[in-house]
Amino acid sequence: MSAVDWRQQIFEVFQDHDIKQVYHVPDAGHARLIEACQRSNSIRTVALTTEEEGVAIAAGAWLGGQRSALLMQSSGVGNTINLMGLTKTLRFPLLSLITMRGEVGEFNSWQYPMGQGTQKVLEAMGVLVTSVDKADEVKTTVDYAARSAFNANQPVAVLLRQKLIGIKDFGKKVAQ
Amino acid sequence: MSAKATLQRRPLVKKILEGADDNLLVIAGLGSPNWDITEAGDRPLNMPLWGGMGAPVGMGLGLALAQPTKRVLVITGDGDMLMSLGSLATVAAQAPDNLAICVLDNEKFGETGNQATHTSPRNNGPTDSGAGTDLSIVAKGCGIADSALVRDQAEVGQLVKDLRSKKGPVFRLVKVMVEKLEFVMPPQDGAHLKDRFRAALLGRA
Repeated sequence: MSAVDWRQQIFEVFQDHDIKQVYHVPDAGHARLIEACQRSNSIRTVALTTEEEGVAIAAGAWLGGQRSALLMQSSGVGNTINLMGLTKTLRFPLLSLITMRGEVGEFNSWQYPMGQGTQKVLEAMGVLVTSVDKADEVKTTVDYAARSAFNANQPVAVLLRQKLIGIKDFGKKVAQ
Repeated sequence: MSAKATLQRRPLVKKILEGADDNLLVIAGLGSPNWDITEAGDRPLNMPLWGGMGAPVGMGLGLALAQPTKRVLVITGDGDMLMSLGSLATVAAQAPDNLAICVLDNEKFGETGNQATHTSPRNNGPTDSGAGTDLSIVAKGCGIADSALVRDQAEVGQLVKDLRSKKGPVFRLVKVMVEKLEFVMPPQDGAHLKDRFRAALLGRA
């Protein structure tokens, strides 16, 4: 584990930005952040059956005056694309944090199509995409993304690169 | 499988929304439910969707969690509900006590020419058959214990009470007639609809 606990830092950014609802599917990369949110008294966590639900719930939360964040893996990004259009039509902020699969080094060939398509499809829907691959840049990157979302009503996605989260390896857990 | 529906959606929705005050936040699915709530009276605390099929239940959930002291009512159709069955399990998991979901089930995709949805009976003939899917049982199976099917005028009074004030999450499936009705349209601009909703609820857009 690196010296900087970037997952804890993301949690702190959530608190700094007064995020009240966090949506997630199960994910090894986000696991510790999800657990920190679940333990928090100020954040309501919502486990989803599919990532697109998170976009709809975020829209409802914003209608009700609460900020939220959507955590997902790149493999689930395609599930959100249709409803991502709501962020443009309704012009509401959406902060998504995406743990990447299917980047160079990935062992599972089934992860490549969506992993390699993630940034393109998000951008096709008008989502601002930023990314980070160094632990000591996570806090600033997520903080800036949250500022674009909540100060400027933008849909923003942060790609947490596979170099940051570690490459999944069958049998051997690497950099978990 | 089922008797012919007799309830008419417009007078029903009018009754459901009668006397709506600032305590009632309404989200309506695209197509007929949008026109239904708008005929009952357009108001800032209505969020009628013109797109986003599959989104209303999720939006209702996020809103209900953000505004626990308000009543949140989602009114949508069978086609929309069929597109987001998983959201019923997510609602059950969160169990918001201020959320009610009303599905107006005419067993048709109204906006595209009244093709059968899966809630249509199986034996309606070659071009009009569904699967007989009962969404009230689906909701119950997803974990929303308070789920029921309504099809008679005599049950409407209770339906209105349940949707407006019973401890949630409440799910009601209402069988309604297939009708050709006038489009009654609210403003279309999504950002405007969202801003007027937030302004009315929060005092700021």
